[in-house]
Amino acid sequence: MLTVVVDGVHDVGGMLGFGPVEREPSEAVFHHPWEGRVFGMAAGSMMAGVFGTPSFRHAIERMDAVHYLSSSYFEHWLTGLATLLVETGTVEVDELVATGLASFPLSRPVHPDPVLFAGRAEGRFVTGDDVRVLDWHPTGHTRCPDYVRGHVGSVVRVDRPSNVPELEAHSGALVSEATYAVRFTGRELWGAEAAPGESVTVDLYDRYLEPM
Amino acid sequence: MSEHDRGEHHRSAELGDVERRARALEQLLVEKGIVDPAFIDNMVEAYANDIGPMNGARVVARAWVDPAYRERLLRDGTAAIAELGYGGPEGNLAVVENTDDVHNVVVCTLCSCYPWPVLGLPPTWYKSPPYRSRMVREPRRLLAEMGCDLPEHTEVRVWDSSAELRYLVLPQRPAGTESLGEEQLAELVSRDSMIGVERL
Repeated sequence: MLTVVVDGVHDVGGMLGFGPVEREPSEAVFHHPWEGRVFGMAAGSMMAGVFGTPSFRHAIERMDAVHYLSSSYFEHWLTGLATLLVETGTVEVDELVATGLASFPLSRPVHPDPVLFAGRAEGRFVTGDDVRVLDWHPTGHTRCPDYVRGHVGSVVRVDRPSNVPELEAHSGALVSEATYAVRFTGRELWGAEAAPGESVTVDLYDRYLEPM
Repeated sequence: MSEHDRGEHHRSAELGDVERRARALEQLLVEKGIVDPAFIDNMVEAYANDIGPMNGARVVARAWVDPAYRERLLRDGTAAIAELGYGGPEGNLAVVENTDDVHNVVVCTLCSCYPWPVLGLPPTWYKSPPYRSRMVREPRRLLAEMGCDLPEHTEVRVWDSSAELRYLVLPQRPAGTESLGEEQLAELVSRDSMIGVERL
């Protein structure tokens, strides 16, 4: 039975348990040649029009949760890329099997009837407005991080409209919508225990928000 | 052995397999004429050698010596950065300025968004769950853990690049650098100071 990922494992903002940040001194851009090949293949496939950035992000978000957390960054790219190549019919699963590989893990399928952020398309807010993020839990692609949902922030900047990632990922439709930089205090997001003098500013599409 | 060590071990054991998958996919894409191997070579070459933090460092140094440029940079990052010849993918840019009272730091909690034209591709730690999960929740503590101690009165502003804008931090010009020229100043600017996890 297929398990549908709700609030995917990629949406890690605020999660506990990942431990310290470990930095590698003088790190190479690509640790192994295959990483660079995957980077170039993904860029080339997008340039060839096989898929767009929102679909690519969504394909990575659909990875098996355990696989996502136990694999490297460019393995995420490889898995998302292979998944989309199969889903778009660019490459057949049989062709992957014919390469003689023992397995080629792909991401889980798109939710058959995904719940998405839906709503207005015109810019409703101006700098200084207080807004609340809708407390929705989409089962498809979104760029609204879970940790701000239901919380109140203040619009600190109105940005140029950009294409709604939900629609582009799920239907290919390019629908432009206002985006805003919305600032949340640490205490609003994490409660009274949060340190004072901390804030997080998140770039959010109009449809994620409701007026106060 | 910690969980993390086990994860690393798991990764290296599987490396050969991942590499074989990447090779198989490239062969298929080339056979089908979707991607030209020379295009991949060029992308690797460009991001391994030419597009990196040295670009951002030049932007920062220019802003330090030219107040009118600094103003343009803070008003419209994309346009001001294009003046120095930098642009391209992930190049819709905003610049946020550190002061005595405000420290800025950039994260992408959902994936790995990063200002490619000025910083190149992100380091592994930036793309990894520990940084992405913790920077929005306990920024001052995480910054201190990463060696960036901030005065208590300094406000910490975290920027989560969740839409199509990418952020560059404009660090403060270090004291005692009045006699340095623009090129020498650029050499002082680290990648980490432009992400916001270091103060110069």
